Amino acid sequence: MMEARGLSKSFGKVQAVREVSFLARDGRITGLLGPNGAGKSTTLRMLCTVLHPDSGEALIDGHVVEREPIAARRLIGVLSHASGLYPHLTGAENIAYFGELHGLSRAESRRRADELVALLDLADCASRRAKGYSQGQRLKTALARALVHAPRNLVLDEPTNGLDVMAVRGLRSLLDKLRDAGQCILFSSHVMQEVAMLCDDVVVIAHGTVVAQGTPDGLRERAGEPGLEDAFVKLIGSGEGLG
Amino acid sequence: MRGILTVFRKEFFENLRDRRTILTALLLGPLLGPLLFTLMLNIVQQQAESRDEQSVKVAVAGGERAPTLLALFAERGIVVQPVQLDEAGARRAIAARDQKAVVIIPAEFPTRLAESRPAQVSVFFDGSSEVGGSDAVGRVRATVNEYGQRIAQSRLMLRGVDPSIMRPAVVRSVDVSTPKARAVLALSTLSFLVILAMFTGGLYLAIDSTAGERERGSLEALLTTPLPRAHIIYGKILATAAYMLISLVVTLSALAVALRFTRLEDWGMSVNLGLPQVGAMILLTAPLALAGAGLMTIVASFTRSFREAQTYLSFVILVPTMPLALVGLLDLKPTVAAMATPSLSQHFLMTRVLRDETPFVWEILLSAGVSLALGVLLAWIAGKLYEREAILG
Repeated sequence: MMEARGLSKSFGKVQAVREVSFLARDGRITGLLGPNGAGKSTTLRMLCTVLHPDSGEALIDGHVVEREPIAARRLIGVLSHASGLYPHLTGAENIAYFGELHGLSRAESRRRADELVALLDLADCASRRAKGYSQGQRLKTALARALVHAPRNLVLDEPTNGLDVMAVRGLRSLLDKLRDAGQCILFSSHVMQEVAMLCDDVVVIAHGTVVAQGTPDGLRERAGEPGLEDAFVKLIGSGEGLG
Repeated sequence: MRGILTVFRKEFFENLRDRRTILTALLLGPLLGPLLFTLMLNIVQQQAESRDEQSVKVAVAGGERAPTLLALFAERGIVVQPVQLDEAGARRAIAARDQKAVVIIPAEFPTRLAESRPAQVSVFFDGSSEVGGSDAVGRVRATVNEYGQRIAQSRLMLRGVDPSIMRPAVVRSVDVSTPKARAVLALSTLSFLVILAMFTGGLYLAIDSTAGERERGSLEALLTTPLPRAHIIYGKILATAAYMLISLVVTLSALAVALRFTRLEDWGMSVNLGLPQVGAMILLTAPLALAGAGLMTIVASFTRSFREAQTYLSFVILVPTMPLALVGLLDLKPTVAAMATPSLSQHFLMTRVLRDETPFVWEILLSAGVSLALGVLLAWIAGKLYEREAILG
């Protein structure tokens, strides 16, 4: 379970996020939907202990991130916006390295890496160096890296960026699997269709604040629009920056 | 502690697979440096030899008029090539570069000499040309002067005058340097080379593990692992220091081998760079690695890209190394303050070993102590730096 309670964050004079509150529950996929520059990444980065909020709290399974960052990091897996791999390590080594960083033994890390290679269908590239990976292979490896310590909570920042249709489908079925296993998944996107298809709950964010939250159906109802896209445009008040 | 080791191991072995790191750590500095150094030493040596010992060739017209002078020429290593040229002919020969210098002994030379009147010898040369003409001219001039001095002395003695009356003041120059000390002067840039190569060895890893990590986009993932951020950076600094130590060992070993191919002994010098000396120099210099790794890691952490880090660091590594290229010339003394200055103290310790002197225990302890303390301080600062969120840029 991940929770944002009145999170605010400024960079210099720019207020990126203002009083953002929402709850991402276990066994559900929560989508953070908003146009580019709405504050999605900033919010997620506060949840995964990378940024310190100016005010408000982020909680991971009840642990206040600011007070117990190490405990919080143990409980989440993060696929950040820029998810680079180490080019001279193989895919499997990239994954296992993070296992060790999470405190697993070397043998345990390698075993987990092999498991995830099988789960994410990475067998054809996992023993090659990451230098020449395709965008899809890179993303899957980064996702495996985020899952190596079997976290209860998973944060994905724009995971579908640059993926082809087949890769997006693969990702979707994987997230469904994880959700059915009871994990709490929070992911950000600016693509409505994606959110509509994938999410159980949606948090719409624009200009740094939450403008609406609920189920996709609930949001359509509230906006009085049959399509989610129209509902979305109505909720954020403009068609600005839609991807 | 296990986390630090995990990061260290990964950085160390990942970079072993990187051709660029291996090139800078093990080839560029450590092997190329000693090679250039030896080459330079050989060239300097050859030049010095050519000035003193090599014979010069000079064309002489009318040599038969001054046989004693010609004998002295031969004695002073001036090879005489007899020619038949008048003044105009000598000018042409120089202009056409057929000759570097032409000496003309005029017909009246023997008579004037016999009459104790100044007898002139003309030397024609091209002062604007630097093809060794001025060297030949200088030698001819000095030899003619010496010839003149000898004649003057015998004339005075014939008249019952002590020739020393002609030399009211004389210069006595005494070179007190031992062959070994002279070698050390020539080798004073060695410490510069060694420390520069050591820093270069860690340069690439310091950049790759900080600015490179950010540029690649892997830093954020790394910072969301439960490992304390300071421990992550300690692991990186230690890996950088390890590469610096490898570089240090390779450089000194390469130098020891390369110096066997210089003929310093022929030059009246003996170099003391055997296995025990190489070992001692490695141990005395090693404490500097941590401070160097800390310094480079901190500077690289502030840059936004690999390229930017490279630019900054190539200047930063001049700070501890450049002064060393000058101390050899500046005659600095190994004072307490110098021994408490990292890099400078390693220079003095290395020089002591080269001179076959045993460094004092206090010197070794002070040098190592201050260098290590600085290294720990810099590592701590780097750790603090990574606690800040601005590190993600």
